[in-house]
Amino acid sequence: MAGVAHKSHEMGLHSEQLSGRTQQRFFSATEEENFVYPWSYEVDFDKSAQFDAEGMDTPQINVKIRELMQQGHGTITVKNPMARHSLGVGILNRLNLNFEGSLGYFGCGLIDGPNVHISGRVGWSCAENMMAGTVVIEKNGGSTFGAAMRGGDLVCKGDVGSRTGIDQKGGTIIVGGRTGAFSGFMMQRGRMVILGDAGKNLGDSMYDGTIYVGGKLTDLGVDCVEGEMTDLDVKWLNDKLGKYGLEAPNGAENMTKLVSGKQLWNYDNLEPTEKKLVL
Amino acid sequence: MCGIAGLIHRGKSSDIGSEMVSMLQSLKHRGPDSTGFALYGVPEENRCILRFKVAEQEDLSSGFDIHAQIKERKATVDERLKELGASVVEKDEATEYAFRYEFEYDGDMRRLADYIEDGDGAEILSIGRGLELIKDLGDATVVSDAYDLKGFQGTHAIGHTRMATESDVDIRSAHPYWAYPFNDVSVVHNGQLTNYWTSRRELERRGHRFMSNCDSEVIAVYIADRMNQGDDLEAAMKRSIDELDGVFTYIVATSDKLGMAKDVMAAKPMVLYESDDFVGLASEEVAIRSVFPHEIDTWDPYEGEVKVWQA
Repeated sequence: MAGVAHKSHEMGLHSEQLSGRTQQRFFSATEEENFVYPWSYEVDFDKSAQFDAEGMDTPQINVKIRELMQQGHGTITVKNPMARHSLGVGILNRLNLNFEGSLGYFGCGLIDGPNVHISGRVGWSCAENMMAGTVVIEKNGGSTFGAAMRGGDLVCKGDVGSRTGIDQKGGTIIVGGRTGAFSGFMMQRGRMVILGDAGKNLGDSMYDGTIYVGGKLTDLGVDCVEGEMTDLDVKWLNDKLGKYGLEAPNGAENMTKLVSGKQLWNYDNLEPTEKKLVL
Repeated sequence: MCGIAGLIHRGKSSDIGSEMVSMLQSLKHRGPDSTGFALYGVPEENRCILRFKVAEQEDLSSGFDIHAQIKERKATVDERLKELGASVVEKDEATEYAFRYEFEYDGDMRRLADYIEDGDGAEILSIGRGLELIKDLGDATVVSDAYDLKGFQGTHAIGHTRMATESDVDIRSAHPYWAYPFNDVSVVHNGQLTNYWTSRRELERRGHRFMSNCDSEVIAVYIADRMNQGDDLEAAMKRSIDELDGVFTYIVATSDKLGMAKDVMAAKPMVLYESDDFVGLASEEVAIRSVFPHEIDTWDPYEGEVKVWQA
């Protein structure tokens, strides 16, 4: 197994080691084998810059962020993003990126590495296909929040819309408030934590992964079943929520844990790492 | 895809023309084919406003006789209004083919509407005491400039930028839709109704007419029909969630209310901003920010949600 993992690392296929269908071990930022894109910019977190995005369009803002990274700025603040779409997308770099305001659709999609803080809200499809890093939103989020997310932490302290974490493949999604219908639809891996109420059809057709809900469940989707809450779950929840200044309204131990019933499974038994080599 | 927007000022009027132009222009990327406005001005006692057209924009480039035909068609409308006893107080010619009349009339409004539309090429865009419905090809700025909408004073408005999918690019298929023959009811819609023909036939059996093959027109007539049967706006909209099938988010306006509804799949977007004296809603937050550039708190309504606000 170790050999397989090593081989796939050499191929640059992923940035996390997988040792089982529901377990994840994220890489450590201090380890040498930590994956870094060869074209990443060398940035210094203590070197900061900020700019006012008023009057700039989306490409200009995104290019400006890259220019600042190229100059070695590791902490960048964007003022007045004005809910423009597709801001902060495709950043494959370590970076502290702060948006003072709100983002429109597709904000921070396809990122791999940056720590993003958004003081306002986000529109649909925030952090779609996010691979690593953190995105923290202080207000509300739109629908398809964290769609097809693969890794990292995506945190919204307010409410989010429907289809949260649709096709989630890894990482952690945390919602401080409620979430809409069809959240966790076709979830494949990772964890979703909803501190408020969850809309109907939660976890419909989920293959794997875990959903924790602190509020009321409207109803569960096909093949989504209640799982057993363990001490490990409670510890993980308290640790993870604590990192973002959040806590379960009635205590982590009283949250509802939901997993796949695995009655809809119709797949082979290859581990994902093995599957990558086969494919 | 289409973009929809609405706004309502509570207890006051404002330059809703300029505000809706800004909102719709910022949604241009969601639909550049046509743009439409339903603006609710401050009504005058015993005064109705008729917006109608006697040709499509594209008709102007086809046929040698179209300009003469337009004059004839307009003359027919004038004659029929006079014949029914409607007293036209003011006439405006926004374009060669679209007109705005202010008139006084205390007869049967449905009969008046039917008689006007019986004339060749005539289509009523709206009749109302406050409602003025304007729609044409092009983006919000183009339509606004043609119809001089900036500076329009009123309490509430809805608007639409259209990307034509299932029907033609023409004024007839553009939104908003007036809920013939009911005064002051209009609708804009983003989505697709899958039981359009069933609903339309049912409403046609009840005597309603349809001017287009656009599924959105069904919503306008459905809501007005339900209200005519005694439902209030909110009850009619809640019923629509069960009876209209498909994916949709729509905004409806009456003489003094604005409402929004989202289907049970919540597949079409809507962002809301609500303060003590203003409500703004749109397919994308950028539209609301075009009116409120400072930081505001907004949220998405949930699946099956219906909300109604009073002017």
